[in-house]
Amino acid sequence: MSATSMMLRQPVPEELPLRGRVGMFTLIGAESAVFTIFVVAYIFYIGKSLSGPTPQDVLNAPIFFSVCLLSSSLTIHLAGKALRHRNVATFSRWWFATIALGAIFLYGTAREWQRLIYHEGLTISTNLFGTTYFSLVGLHAFHVIVGLLCLTFVFVFSVLGYVEPKHEYQVELLSLYWHFVDSVWIVVFTVVYIVGR
Amino acid sequence: MSSNSISWSNDIVEPRPVVDLLHEWVTTVDHKRLGLLYIAFALTFLVVGGIEATVMRLQLIRPHNNLVSPQVFNRLFTMHGTTMIFFVVMPILFGFGNYLIPLMIGSRDMAFPRLNAFSFWVMAFGGLLLYFSLVGANGLYGAGNAPDVGWFAYAPLTSQTFSPGHSTDFWTLAILVSGFGSIGTAINILATILCMRCPGMSLGRMPLFAWLYLVTAGLVVLAISPLTAAQIMLLVDRYLGGHFFDTQAGGSAVIWMHFFWVFGHPEVYVLVLPAFAFASEIIPVFSRKPIFGYSVMVAATVAIGFISMSVWAHHMFTVGMGAGANTFFVLSTMAIAVPTGIKIFNWLGTMWGGSIEFRTPMLFCIAFLFQFLIAGLTGIMQACAPFDWQLGSSYFVVAHFHYVIVGAILFCTFAALYYWFPKMTGRMYNERLGRLHFWLFLIGFHLTFDFMHIPGLLGMPRRIYTYEPGRGWDIWNLIVTVGVFFQAAAILVLLVNLLWSFWRGTRAGNDPWDAWTLEWSVSSPPPPYNFSSIPAILSRRPLWDLKHPGDPDWRYEGTP
Repeated sequence: MSATSMMLRQPVPEELPLRGRVGMFTLIGAESAVFTIFVVAYIFYIGKSLSGPTPQDVLNAPIFFSVCLLSSSLTIHLAGKALRHRNVATFSRWWFATIALGAIFLYGTAREWQRLIYHEGLTISTNLFGTTYFSLVGLHAFHVIVGLLCLTFVFVFSVLGYVEPKHEYQVELLSLYWHFVDSVWIVVFTVVYIVGR
Repeated sequence: MSSNSISWSNDIVEPRPVVDLLHEWVTTVDHKRLGLLYIAFALTFLVVGGIEATVMRLQLIRPHNNLVSPQVFNRLFTMHGTTMIFFVVMPILFGFGNYLIPLMIGSRDMAFPRLNAFSFWVMAFGGLLLYFSLVGANGLYGAGNAPDVGWFAYAPLTSQTFSPGHSTDFWTLAILVSGFGSIGTAINILATILCMRCPGMSLGRMPLFAWLYLVTAGLVVLAISPLTAAQIMLLVDRYLGGHFFDTQAGGSAVIWMHFFWVFGHPEVYVLVLPAFAFASEIIPVFSRKPIFGYSVMVAATVAIGFISMSVWAHHMFTVGMGAGANTFFVLSTMAIAVPTGIKIFNWLGTMWGGSIEFRTPMLFCIAFLFQFLIAGLTGIMQACAPFDWQLGSSYFVVAHFHYVIVGAILFCTFAALYYWFPKMTGRMYNERLGRLHFWLFLIGFHLTFDFMHIPGLLGMPRRIYTYEPGRGWDIWNLIVTVGVFFQAAAILVLLVNLLWSFWRGTRAGNDPWDAWTLEWSVSSPPPPYNFSSIPAILSRRPLWDLKHPGDPDWRYEGTP
């Protein structure tokens, strides 16, 4: 009954893409679509708020924290490279650096939100700017948190000695996601702190 | 049979406790079982959504009827639309995709089996959440309350001011969670088709079914995600006091329409492409010819996928978008008719000169061709913005999109149900009952939806719960409602046929249709691991090659 017996000629085997990679790329595609809608809403509502505070009044570009987040893309790349060279200790160090940089970025967001909410009186329900700002930046921060949780899991595993060079593929998938989170920030930063201000 | 194959139906050995069986179905990650769960779930909701439609038509059977109150009527059309789109058509299409894609491309399961199970259960949860609103929504005066904002839930109807209580929250949450399920399934289908094909199954040799699902899944990823984003915004508005769609605070109600239809129009193609997939498998088999113009079909599919992302605002001509935007969306909408027309010609080309067998699946497919043509033509009519200004939000629109969703998608789904029933159950359906279903449904469909165009042209708006006599709408509404009874009877015949054949039908064997794709090479129903050894293929019709070793397709096909 097996279907192999039906052929005498055998086909040339084809190199198929890895399913984890395809899955992660399509997930990134879906997430990009979600972000696109939030970015469109943000741009559409620039300058449409009926009351203050406006972005010009209260927003300062978080240059340092953005540099932290963007450099975490470099560190996670170096971590993956170390694992490919079978150097688990170096991997752990770069991996920790990635988590630390991501956490610093989150701290920056938290500080900014605290200032906006308690000192500038801008909340999600204050005006259109508040609504769009907190949801767009919040959506991104949510993705950073999810990414950090996943990274921390891997870091705990590596501290406990479970991460081996054979896990290079899984680590690569996670770093794809992290690169996505970082590159979305470039868009969000441009829209919120440059175009919108 | 190889010795290591596990027996699929061990009820012959000893009957298993019901709890065990149930537990197996709940915890399963097998793509075939999940496919069947999707289909069963969808058929259940088809009956529920059908009952809602029937009650609405009974209310409209004559002027000044008092069967339901205006409030209940609003809930009925909201629940009918939401149910049919999100909890009938989407799940049944995912069900067939789940069941058939791994079998057709020679794989043992989907790429991510657990994600598959998660997606199904999340979607099922979404459906139950929507209907839990009937008892849990705590509407006005504390009564249970179904959502009543229409299936596209235009702002500002959905704001706390106009929609107090929780009925709208149930609507938005149900769609949000079922959207997660849809995105999960779409990712799964993409990864399965791209990564799990058997040796020799190049993209150019895949069954068209797989190609159409590939494009569908891509559209789901790009279309459902905006809907998810819009639902999150709606939740922010309703729970956190946001102003996305709050016109009082400078927000825009029109941007909700844009966000909704950015999802909504690709969604039409998400629903119809799998129907095309069914037709593209069934028509060749019952015409005894390979599909005509395979590569053109693929190209047309991909073209539809791309163009469908740029036509959404033809749902919004009556909003007043300005001449530039109107012109763009008129032209893009007209453009999408071209690849769709190519497909119809290719199906006709497949039938041309074939020796057609008029079995039930083929009957449904032939009816689909005619009806889809008419649906497309009324679509082109409304693609003209000035024409749409006259008929927007009239019964003409209702007739048009039901012509697509019932006349094309549901007909193809029925065809698929009959065509793959022998594979899924191992039993043949009853042909006589199948034909009865077809003719009853055909008559009912045309009574209802042909005559629905006319009151629309005469100016009857949609979503009204009653109307005055003497406007010339009475007789048409009566005919439309009479058609519903035929359709309901036909669905009853279908359910009787499915249940009766499941237990009493004759054994179907592996390949009752003398078909050509890989799913017919395994036993019916297929064993848990599908293929005891992974097949290797050389052409688009591997079973033809197997059955005709002297004249195999790969000699002529020249596929990579």
